[in-house]
Amino acid sequence: MSNEFSIEVHELTKKFGDFTAVNEISFNTKKGEIFGFLGANGAGKSTAMKMLCGLLSPTGGMAKVAGFDIYKEREKVKSRIGYMSQKFSLYQDLTARENIRFYAGIYGMPDKEIKLKTSELLDRLHLHDFADVQIHSLPLGWKQKLAFSVAVFHNPEIVFLDEPTGGVDPVTRREFWEMITQTAQAGTTIFVTTHYMDEAEYCDRISIMVDGRIEALGSPEELKRNFGARSMDEVFIQLARPTADKIG
Amino acid sequence: MKRFQAFVKKEFHHITRDWRTLIILIGMPIIQIMLFGFAITNEIKDAKIAILDHAQDEHSTVLINKILSTDYFQLEKYLADDSEIESIFKKGKVKEVIIFESGFGEKLEKEKKANMQIIADASDPNTATMLLNYTQAIIVNYQANINLSKKLPFSINIQSEMFYNNELKGVYLFVPGLIAIILMLVSAMMTSISITKEKELGTMEILLATPMKPVIIIVAKVVPYLMLSFINSVIILLLGYFVFGVPVHGSLVLLLLEMILFILTVLSLGIFISTATSSQQVALMASLMGLMLPTILLSGFLFPVENMPLPLQIISNIVPAKWFIIIIKGIMLKGVGLSVIWKETLILMGFMAFFILLSIKKFKPRLA
Repeated sequence: MSNEFSIEVHELTKKFGDFTAVNEISFNTKKGEIFGFLGANGAGKSTAMKMLCGLLSPTGGMAKVAGFDIYKEREKVKSRIGYMSQKFSLYQDLTARENIRFYAGIYGMPDKEIKLKTSELLDRLHLHDFADVQIHSLPLGWKQKLAFSVAVFHNPEIVFLDEPTGGVDPVTRREFWEMITQTAQAGTTIFVTTHYMDEAEYCDRISIMVDGRIEALGSPEELKRNFGARSMDEVFIQLARPTADKIG
Repeated sequence: MKRFQAFVKKEFHHITRDWRTLIILIGMPIIQIMLFGFAITNEIKDAKIAILDHAQDEHSTVLINKILSTDYFQLEKYLADDSEIESIFKKGKVKEVIIFESGFGEKLEKEKKANMQIIADASDPNTATMLLNYTQAIIVNYQANINLSKKLPFSINIQSEMFYNNELKGVYLFVPGLIAIILMLVSAMMTSISITKEKELGTMEILLATPMKPVIIIVAKVVPYLMLSFINSVIILLLGYFVFGVPVHGSLVLLLLEMILFILTVLSLGIFISTATSSQQVALMASLMGLMLPTILLSGFLFPVENMPLPLQIISNIVPAKWFIIIIKGIMLKGVGLSVIWKETLILMGFMAFFILLSIKKFKPRLA
């Protein structure tokens, strides 16, 4: 068993007609790693992520998530991952408790464990007083943290976060990343896409996608050194600019 | 199974949280049946008429009394002059004017022949025709009575009876039709909206990333509406029975089973709509225009299918409600069993299979 890697991707490709959204990308992630998946809008980040989550079928290449083939063992993959999309993923007309109950329920967790962990989670988020209030009346930051907690509630081996901090204030973003770091330390692999370059610095390793290809891969320090840049911002702009020139 | 339960529970939360929709869903059938049962009726009752009696003799007086003694007509006014006829119609005060020529009774006695005229307000053609028929029937009846003393050379004795709906009550027709329409509304519209809602909110994506199978997700979303629709149709049946006396002559079990079959057919239609659309607005419009209108107009609920032009008659065959109305009218009013309505039942099953297959075909690429 090659259990060293939580995600193994080899020449994964997705075509929509003539358009190649993801072009033969390859990478591996280690257990408990925070893997940042960066790229401009339309670079193919979301498409790649959806393939790994079993939401889209790849056109070519191979990939294993949590040790299971994403073509043949999709159900097994799905029961071992958590997913939080850029659209807000909780039900606004349900309470926090009901949302937790629902997602835990459809992952087939036993009732006892759900009860225990729910109260634990509400403690940690200081949400006890608001546990039975419909979500839509909570502030966005709280909702976002709750959504993340729900996505990892069933102890997935890997959690996929698709731009989880969009529209959230800097303080909450900070708190959010603390939660991510803690979760990673507990052994869960974090696969996260983001637009914020300061967030990229929190990642153990980063890949930058340009036009469906992975153009750079490494730790933030490595990337900055290789590109002779002072910040991730500069690295990103150096990589993305050639495309802009071509179009211009 | 536990996952399934968790899902159904969540759906019920959605439905009960949205109390406005819930009130509409449960209140609508009750209001509609009350409206159709009490207010909207095809029967003639207390229609206002005016009479212009130039004769004012024994025959005309007796005939007038006969007409006014029925429940159908109510005297608005006696006219004095021909010139008043048009103005009283224009004011909309009366639906019909009955005119006796002068010397009506005398002519009848001496010449065995007299004239009277009935004028009806045909701006509402159905009512006008009915009023005319009722008035004529009373006159023919009077004629037969005064002929009684003399023996006619030939006579045909007609005994008429209205089978299955003796009193020609409109509500007998409306209850089956309403069940069809409300099931259509609740099942098809609400399911298609609730599924597209998940797509629009992005939660469908999350759900598809969980180990729940897509088919199970859809089934779990549909179950609450199946229950709600069933409860609704039982409410309508009970109201029909206790308030309006609409009978169920046939097997109640068969009736309920056929209702479930129709609900399933319509649910599959709702699922199909939701696979073909991606926003709640479009789903709503599609169900309203694509389902409600044909159901109301072409199912035989309001207008008899036999009276429609041929192309519409052909189109009416693809309206599932048409077959369902035939089925439940058969069971409720005529008391027939499956041996009579098996064909319609099979057609409904065919519709259901067709929509499910179509949905699966349309749904797959989105999950692939």
